[in-house]
Amino acid sequence: MSNTFLGMPSLPVFGHGNLNATEPFPQAAHRELANTQLRANLGHATHTIRDKRLKVVAELPDWEDLRDSGSAIKDATMAKLPELLEQFEVNFTARGGTIHWARDAQEANEIVTGLIRATGETEVVKVKSMATQEIGLNEYLQDQGITALETDLAELIVQLDHDKPSHILVPAIHKNRSQIREIFLREMADVDPALSDDPARLAEAARKHLRRKFLTAKVAVSGANFGLADTGTLTVVESEGNGRMCLTLPETLITVMGIEKLLPSWTDLEVFMQLLPRSSTGERMNPYTSLWTGVTPGDGPQNVHLVMLDNGRTAALADEMGRTALNCIRCSACMNVCPVYERTGGHAYGSTYPGPIGAILSPLMTGITSEDNNSLPYASSLCGACYDACPVKINIPEILVHLRGEDVDSKRAKLKVPSQMDLMMKGAQWVFSDGAHLNLLEKGLPVGRLLAGRAKVIKKLPGMAAGWTQSRDIPAPPGKSFRQWWAKEHQDTAAVVPGNTTTEGEKA
Amino acid sequence: MKIALFATCIVDAMYPRTARATVTILERLGHQVVFPAGQACCGQMHVNSGYFKEALPVVANHVKAFDTDDYDVAVAPSGSCVASVRHQHEMVARRCGDAALEARAAVVGAKTYELSQLLTDVLGITDAAKQLGSHFPHKVTYHPSCHGMRLLRLGDRQLNLLKSVGGIEMVALPEAEQCCGFGGTFSMKNADVSAAMNADKAANICGTGAELCSGGDASCLLHIGGGLSRQGSKVGTLHFAEILASTFENPAAITGDVQLAGSKR
Repeated sequence: MSNTFLGMPSLPVFGHGNLNATEPFPQAAHRELANTQLRANLGHATHTIRDKRLKVVAELPDWEDLRDSGSAIKDATMAKLPELLEQFEVNFTARGGTIHWARDAQEANEIVTGLIRATGETEVVKVKSMATQEIGLNEYLQDQGITALETDLAELIVQLDHDKPSHILVPAIHKNRSQIREIFLREMADVDPALSDDPARLAEAARKHLRRKFLTAKVAVSGANFGLADTGTLTVVESEGNGRMCLTLPETLITVMGIEKLLPSWTDLEVFMQLLPRSSTGERMNPYTSLWTGVTPGDGPQNVHLVMLDNGRTAALADEMGRTALNCIRCSACMNVCPVYERTGGHAYGSTYPGPIGAILSPLMTGITSEDNNSLPYASSLCGACYDACPVKINIPEILVHLRGEDVDSKRAKLKVPSQMDLMMKGAQWVFSDGAHLNLLEKGLPVGRLLAGRAKVIKKLPGMAAGWTQSRDIPAPPGKSFRQWWAKEHQDTAAVVPGNTTTEGEKA
Repeated sequence: MKIALFATCIVDAMYPRTARATVTILERLGHQVVFPAGQACCGQMHVNSGYFKEALPVVANHVKAFDTDDYDVAVAPSGSCVASVRHQHEMVARRCGDAALEARAAVVGAKTYELSQLLTDVLGITDAAKQLGSHFPHKVTYHPSCHGMRLLRLGDRQLNLLKSVGGIEMVALPEAEQCCGFGGTFSMKNADVSAAMNADKAANICGTGAELCSGGDASCLLHIGGGLSRQGSKVGTLHFAEILASTFENPAAITGDVQLAGSKR
């Protein structure tokens, strides 16, 4: 490396790893929609969580105030993120922890590998973590000869099945209990061959399988839900207790956390510990919340590391319209209420982050032109259910529309034949930018009537519009438009009422 | 009161009956309705598809048509188009760097109401049978469209007006708050997902045993009705304005022109 500092690396630094759609969303959705088992599992699971969430949220009279607080605290965090990161580093380090900074997925994977190698271990236990899914840590470690064992029940199921998570909170939401039984029988060496698909028996099998690992593991890898800047404390919020095992029993604890996970102060947990469990699992409080601040001599891991991950987060932060996506606390309420996610499942989005938040977060972190991520912002009918459910009030529909604009503009820059959509939008611009133009087009309504024929219905249209008529009819248009009717009704009065607004365009 | 009608492009071209019903209701209440003739479209198809540059002249046209002192309030029989006028127009102007248009768009947006908003909040209509003479002796279910529900926060305004119509039998729609899957160009770009959403909506509607599904947005009703029609269902769709305009003497023809479903029968 040169001794001369040549300035900042070129910006923005986009994210890499498992952040991309692997094919255009409509194509992936088409395939997933055909999976009726998936549709049934997802429909059941999302509706159950949805109802639970609504019930516990309704218990709090100040829920909307809490959402406002959550949103305001996160906005304030993002506004002074560099200072807060430095403050966190000072406090975390002062308490015996070691901080590593990773610009992207590759750097983070290398750092974690190095830290594990230094312990001489080749097996680690893992706490469920989105950040490590995002960077593809397990696969990277495997290539380096290190086995990472997922200890969250659903993550374990997915890992045993050599599958990918399809939901950020319930990664195996696409599997039902009989499928899980089959996976355990096939992949778990020490399983009872008489295993039933009773959920309690399945959990017991996983528990027995994991217990030995917890007691022998020397290294654990985790993510974190929150990092508290004023104390240098890390937090893991979980349900099963496997996280607590990993965070307390091993000698070495390596945490990978996105830089946006900070909260300014310990007291901010007051707000977020009310928002998160209710929004994610529909519980008033989650069973296990672990907080640790550096090293406590003689108690818990004595070798505590934190890898601070950028991987496209600063790129998202630089987008004025999109930056609030970083406020996300990974509760998954948006995917549980999303009518698109409910029907396609998480795999259709490709990225580690599926659903409405993934449709904005993934392209924000990778850049809109990265692979097929430009198809993700269109994976929404803009119904707005996600915005209403979001505990930190991220205006997901508005950011989706913003990113669609980014996509359209990015394509304008390239010289190419305009798409059907481009042509339609250009044509519609002319029609809709003047009442007289629309009137002219509407004079052709009888032609549409003719096309519809005696059945008075249009069943097939060409090109892009064929997408509509593949499942929907279009009624025969009326003989004349409203404005034509109005002009005829008011042709006498129009002349005598001074300044009557009906005269203006009709003369055109 | 002098009320400017924003017909919206889809109603103007495809459902003139809905606009005429809106005029009928307002005139029945003694108000003067004007139709700013330069109007065309709110531009949300462009905006929601990411074509901000193309949306700008459409937005500018709407603002030009409605930025006058010639009326007291503007009304549209659509939650979605009013949401666009109120929430998107300023943003489009800002994004395209037109500060003057942004300011004028704010003025127009502030005096534009969705029909049930105008009737309930401004004109004080709580009983359609009594105050409007509305009579519609049919079994009806109701789909609350997303933008009216979540952007305008219309709540039960449309439903309450419908419930107060004489002779009507309202039946609750299961999972009513679920999107029908229209979403503008979403219905073409993601046609498969859109169709799957519409199929569930249609099944819920048919399960109610209603003759008709009403709502406040012609575009959603076109989508729902188009799906029902393709399935061969006899259940039709009808804008709530037409139900409010219907009286004992002049009942709404539910098998008339441009029905969204059931028209062939």
